[in-house]
Amino acid sequence: MLEQGTIAPDFTLRSTPDQMVSLKQFLGRPVILVFYPADWSPVCGDEVSLFNHVLKEFQKFDAQLIGISVDGIWSHLAFIKDRKLQFPLLSDFEPKGAVSKLYDVYRTTDGESERALFVIDRKGIIRWSYLSPVGINPGANGVLDALESLDSKGDES
Amino acid sequence: MSRSQMDVTKLKFPVGKQDFISGPEKAKITLVEYGDYQCPYCGQAYPIVKKIQEKLGDDLRFVFRNFPLAEMHPYAMNAAEAALSAGEHGKFWQMHDSLYEHQNALDDKYLVQYAEELGLDTSKFKNDLRNHAYSSRVEEDFLSGVRSGVNGTPTFFINGIRHDGSFEFEPFLMVLKKML
Repeated sequence: MLEQGTIAPDFTLRSTPDQMVSLKQFLGRPVILVFYPADWSPVCGDEVSLFNHVLKEFQKFDAQLIGISVDGIWSHLAFIKDRKLQFPLLSDFEPKGAVSKLYDVYRTTDGESERALFVIDRKGIIRWSYLSPVGINPGANGVLDALESLDSKGDES
Repeated sequence: MSRSQMDVTKLKFPVGKQDFISGPEKAKITLVEYGDYQCPYCGQAYPIVKKIQEKLGDDLRFVFRNFPLAEMHPYAMNAAEAALSAGEHGKFWQMHDSLYEHQNALDDKYLVQYAEELGLDTSKFKNDLRNHAYSSRVEEDFLSGVRSGVNGTPTFFINGIRHDGSFEFEPFLMVLKKML
């Protein structure tokens, strides 16, 4: 996985059938990238839903939350609706896993993304990253700690 | 980068006066659950925790903190507030039990019914619900959980360390007994 201090590689992925999202459009704000294996994991408070509930806390840091998996856009849209998600899920679908590979968090054996988190600062530099065992939802504490330390360092603006 | 397999996730907010605690203060094991009254997995954990409490007796103190996933569970927030309101009158655990024993009946009309069964002042109870008198307390629990790495419900902490294993009775009890 890409290490902290690395410039976060830019990418453009689909968020809806007719909308593309690029990382660079968030320059000036912290970005949280959540790579996860697949939509529809059968537990309450799965990772994406948990992060959705913590959105308010991320917003205190003006941070943009973005989910990425290899699921197709129609799956994402249904998943967003079902879990009432209030942040974009991007589809790393074609060519499959290209962005996950760019961030070195692709599991070739499963054809899915790793469970990985990145916090990118306002200048587009990766400041924190975390690779979770694929079966364990990492929680949001690490992200909040990382966002807090961005602010305390005051290394941006 | 950090790899998580080696490190443990710790409870950042120690058990204290603000908590509802069942069991002696000096118990060797402190089990903290972050739970949601409408979550079916928490419902599964409920009788298991009861059995574990019986089994471990005074060696265990059990603490319940609220972690309602409100977007997913529309009744979870009010149910959490109901337990806290009952707690104000010394009936937290009784309400807690009623809620988990009736997970399919958690809308306000039922909450009031449970309050009545517990002999609570229902007009005050209704007011508490209507004014969300305890919502900020619930929020505090929720945030303390988020900062401690709660990653779904239920999440358990055993003596301050997140328990990532099963909460089926046998394996759970075995892990807990290791603390004795």
